[in-house]
Amino acid sequence: MDSRLQRLLVAAGALALAAGVAGHARAGEITGAGSTFAYPILSRWSADYAAKTGDRLNYQSIGSGGGIAQIKAGTVDFGATDKPLEPEELAAAGLGQFPIVIGGVVPVVNLKGVEPGKLRLSGPLLADIFLGKVARWNDPALRELNPGLALPDAGITVVHRSDGSGTTYNWANYLSKVSPEWKEKVGEGTSLSWPTGIGGKGNEGVAAYVDRLPNSIGYVEYAYVVQNKMNYAVLRNRAGRFVGPEAAAFQAAAATAEWAKARDFCLLITDAPGQDAYPVAAITWVLMYRQPKDAARSKAALGFFRWALESGQAQAAALDYVPLPADLVRQIEAYWAATFPR
Amino acid sequence: MELEADAAEARARRDRRADRAFRTLLWLAGLLVLLALGSTAVSLAWGGREAFATFGPGFLVSSEWDPVGRRFGALVPIYGTLVTSLLAMLFAVPVSFGIALFLTEIAPGWLRGPVAAAIELLAAIPSIIYGMWGLFVFVPFMADHVEPWLIERLGPLPVLGVLFRGVPLGIGMLTGGVILGIMVIPFVSSVMHEVFSVVPATLKESAYALGCTTWEVARDIVLPYTRTAVSGGIFLGMGRALGETMAVTFVLGNTHNLSASLLDPGNSIAAAIANEFAEADSGLYLSSLIALGLVLFAVTFLVLAAAKLLLLRLEGAAGR
Repeated sequence: MDSRLQRLLVAAGALALAAGVAGHARAGEITGAGSTFAYPILSRWSADYAAKTGDRLNYQSIGSGGGIAQIKAGTVDFGATDKPLEPEELAAAGLGQFPIVIGGVVPVVNLKGVEPGKLRLSGPLLADIFLGKVARWNDPALRELNPGLALPDAGITVVHRSDGSGTTYNWANYLSKVSPEWKEKVGEGTSLSWPTGIGGKGNEGVAAYVDRLPNSIGYVEYAYVVQNKMNYAVLRNRAGRFVGPEAAAFQAAAATAEWAKARDFCLLITDAPGQDAYPVAAITWVLMYRQPKDAARSKAALGFFRWALESGQAQAAALDYVPLPADLVRQIEAYWAATFPR
Repeated sequence: MELEADAAEARARRDRRADRAFRTLLWLAGLLVLLALGSTAVSLAWGGREAFATFGPGFLVSSEWDPVGRRFGALVPIYGTLVTSLLAMLFAVPVSFGIALFLTEIAPGWLRGPVAAAIELLAAIPSIIYGMWGLFVFVPFMADHVEPWLIERLGPLPVLGVLFRGVPLGIGMLTGGVILGIMVIPFVSSVMHEVFSVVPATLKESAYALGCTTWEVARDIVLPYTRTAVSGGIFLGMGRALGETMAVTFVLGNTHNLSASLLDPGNSIAAAIANEFAEADSGLYLSSLIALGLVLFAVTFLVLAAAKLLLLRLEGAAGR
């Protein structure tokens, strides 16, 4: 018994040691941390890129806030965030910033008898629902936008994120843009002081609550809507057209956003002006040092992102992310040339 | 002769040394507990100093939790933690008592093993499984069957009714409390089972011989004999209920919203920390969450101390 225990302990020790060694960054390994939203596409790109070049990517999806903290502490080669840093903050930390992928935040509902994409909402109405001011599905404001729908005489259960999230940040940013009352009472941030509703942890938590609770409304990342075949609402954009969450609509939002005016791509593309633009499109940015301590690894990371933007966009589409418009890719490559050492 | 005495002397010296070393080790083991406890409290207090300095004692009584405006108060999580734990104990203690009595008094021999093993298995289930089961199975059951009934029957009552008003979402303090109760049953009931089974058979048999019913034996013989150990088991379960995180997060609703109704969503200290820690984006926010940790520490300590005090009182009363 004793010798068995001993052997077990020795084996456990060896295993821990091996794990420790493996945990150390190997040469040719790019390390990154941050946005959970970008995790699926980054890991897919990582596998394809490793097959092609042998360079591996070790990405920890610890959340945008964690990604920002890790890159500032210099423990990773890049950070990924759904909330852009201001140019001043970037300059102070010596960081550069560029977008890598587009997604969108989509209102999802659980309404019996209403087909996906049939419910129409406008930004101010959405803000009123999440403020708790429009609290019943048969509210006149909802009926006016949806004359053909049989909306139930039932209370609206609002579902939001309980954890801090870039998804919440984009959602709140949009509601702040379209509703002065939201801006004044709630504001924008990765976590909010919610006036009403219940909180689910992560996109999957919100999706599970909406799926579970009749007459509820929540917001999740686009990929969740597609993969779980959720019932979504269409939104009226700034041009006055109702737009559903589709790749083309997200791309239109990214294309019509005024990137030329934004320094370090610090621009949220919510409430974009284009005719076909989806109003709550979101972007994930990558943060990297302008003067990295380890130039070779930083170069390897840039090589990875160059490959991802030039040849990895088909995989992005397959995973329900939206490729960046070609024009934006050109601007990013010009930014790289100007910002990062060769 | 001399050689022998030397050997005995050497042996005694060696024994003394070994004994000293062993006693030192025991001291260290004992002190380690205090050290771990003390350093946890100190580091929590240090991490939360910004929150305490900013909000003062108001941190404990403010129900505001606004990450955008950076104003934080712990009242809602404290309230949620206490209410869900109280509900859990209200549910778990009688059931555990029943389980333990069943096993020691009534159950036929062939059934004791399986039931006792099942209880221990319950204790081994990770809490996230309870959470998922709660969300996908128990929440719908509460929403469709239990809560509408409560709202209809108990809601209109004058004082008690306040606890049972609102929308039957199935997510809220009541569901959280029941799930917590199920989670602590194994801890409470296995302690009760252990101590009930050491009650001397002569005591119980004498009582039965005097014509006592099973309930009377349980109330007047078994419980008084095992009171201290039974309360220990209850404290153990309560400590677990106060700090439980994952299962509660799934079914509590995670909103910083103060409501008297048990059917409304709320928040608990552990759930708030688990949900918000990773993305707390300002120093004050992070500090407030760490301060919440210290508050949980203090709440647990106070609740257990109060329970202990109550027990001493009871024992004093029984002694007289």
